[in-house]
Amino acid sequence: MAGHGHEEAHDETAGPKVLAVSKVSPKVRTIAVVRPSEHDVTYLEAARKGLGVTLRHFMKNFFGKRRPAEALAKGEAVEPRSRFKPAWNEIETIQYPEEKTHYPERFRGLHRLMQREDGNVRCVACMCCPTVCPANCITIIPAESDDKGVEKKPAVFEIDELRCVVCGLCVEACPCDAIRMDSGVHAKPVENRGDAIMTRELLLGLSADVGKDPQSTATQGGEGPDWRG
Amino acid sequence: MKTLYTVLDHPATKWVLLVFVLVMPLASLLTWAERRQSAMMQDRLGPNRAAPTFAPWLKLKGILHFVADAIKMISKEDFVPGNVHKGLFTLAPLLAIGPVLVAFAIIPFGPTIFPHELTSTLDPLAPTSGEGALNLADSIRLQVASFDYGLLFYFAVLTLANYGGTLAGWASYNKWALLGGLRSSSQMMSYEVAMGLSLMGCFLLVGSLEPGYIVGAGASSKLSPSNPLNWLWLWQFPALILFTTAAIAETKRAPFDIPEGEPEIIGYFVEYSGLRWGLFFLAEFIEIVFISAVITTVFFGGYQVPFLDPDGFRIGGYMAEVNGQLVSTGGSTFKLPHALVTALQIGAFGLKVILLCWFQLLVRWTLPRFRADQLMNLGWKLLLPLALAWTMLSALFKLAAMSFGWV
Repeated sequence: MAGHGHEEAHDETAGPKVLAVSKVSPKVRTIAVVRPSEHDVTYLEAARKGLGVTLRHFMKNFFGKRRPAEALAKGEAVEPRSRFKPAWNEIETIQYPEEKTHYPERFRGLHRLMQREDGNVRCVACMCCPTVCPANCITIIPAESDDKGVEKKPAVFEIDELRCVVCGLCVEACPCDAIRMDSGVHAKPVENRGDAIMTRELLLGLSADVGKDPQSTATQGGEGPDWRG
Repeated sequence: MKTLYTVLDHPATKWVLLVFVLVMPLASLLTWAERRQSAMMQDRLGPNRAAPTFAPWLKLKGILHFVADAIKMISKEDFVPGNVHKGLFTLAPLLAIGPVLVAFAIIPFGPTIFPHELTSTLDPLAPTSGEGALNLADSIRLQVASFDYGLLFYFAVLTLANYGGTLAGWASYNKWALLGGLRSSSQMMSYEVAMGLSLMGCFLLVGSLEPGYIVGAGASSKLSPSNPLNWLWLWQFPALILFTTAAIAETKRAPFDIPEGEPEIIGYFVEYSGLRWGLFFLAEFIEIVFISAVITTVFFGGYQVPFLDPDGFRIGGYMAEVNGQLVSTGGSTFKLPHALVTALQIGAFGLKVILLCWFQLLVRWTLPRFRADQLMNLGWKLLLPLALAWTMLSALFKLAAMSFGWV
């Protein structure tokens, strides 16, 4: 391009050719002016080259077929297509809600509350998770449980998903595998801040929504439901 | 029926048809096409999701984005900053969009329709009167206005669009807008000269300024006007490149978008919002359509379909004078009814315009912006002398051709 002489002027070694240096002040020099060639003056060569590049991309992406979403998501190479089918194009976009990238196994999504065998909430309101939570986003109001072996249950169990920092400490802290973050669901956009607060029922129902087993395999309850007699 | 034909042939009807059936939809679609095409050129998908809430499946590859844009711009607050010159501030967007719509009047977007002969073949050898004569009454010419000064009207009217940008910049009471307005006027002035001069060769060669005549006659009277070799792109190829460059500069889009200068001054419409800004936006796209229409008309045979004469496809014909008119005749023909020929020719015009719009978008998304000095150098030191030289060369060529009897 026409302007390439400017960049070179800053570089002492690659700069313009010095024809003479002033004896009085060595900073005053006579240099050969770099003029753009006739080719560059018309911009035709550069324009032709650039149009060629963009045209090639346009044709490839317009007539080609997008690689399968699974391959794109996993970053896998795909077989070149046969000569009689349109070639793969270079578009890497994954159409998010319809297609999803591959999430790692330990990806932390929205919380879900686990259930007992009878469908009750597994949480015993021990207050470990609100204590450890760095964002203070968990609210538990305990109540007495009908089950004598459990003692307590959460009357209110709310998580403010706007406050949650998705650190996963609540899951680590839970002694009875009652809270998990393996739903794989992102926090939904809401119009009111209050709508981002997930109640106990929502958290319990999330297992069914994402098609995961709502019951933990861990046993719970010490020596049985009425060990105190 | 007579009244109907009179109404259809009225310039106002034709203008409304042209602007609201061809130009406006095309310009609106271009706002979507530009984003999708640029995405395709950059390995992206572009906007492809807009759909009405009652029919989320109606995505149509995102075509409805222009509807969403229009609704957004219409329903936005009409904000007028303090200290602006209210009258000129309101006038500027109208000045930007008005002249372009007026200039469409000179574009022939189809052949002359003879409503009484729609189902028959327009045989050029048919007698003018008596048995078997064609009824050519009530003809509808698909050109709003055919002036002798044709394309000069376009140059004159588009110069007015210049005021839109300049006044917008001045009336906005904003330094950046003023800079944009000044840049806009200086750029328009510089490139108008080269743009006008670059077409002079074409006018010399064809011998007329009237777009309808250019399309109907072609470069030489020895060849049928529907022969692609008779279109001016071949005989005036340097003019095509010069005119396309200057015309793209006139649309004020990249690589000639220093009046807008998005990263530095935002441009003469920096204070505009909502529908007022939308008018500038739309004017830009209508200008693209218009430039494409002019290039099609002058250089690519307008509505002519290759080898399609008024009576059907013809290979190997010759030009002969029949009943005082030069018509293409002879050769092997594939006869088609007048209605079908007309439809094909209007379709060809639309297709050529769309392809040239596509090319302009390709240029816009490929080349980086010129600096102000590069812009002026290109306009004054390159395009202008080249256009002048080409005009003289064309004149010499025409002189030689005339003295040797080639045309």
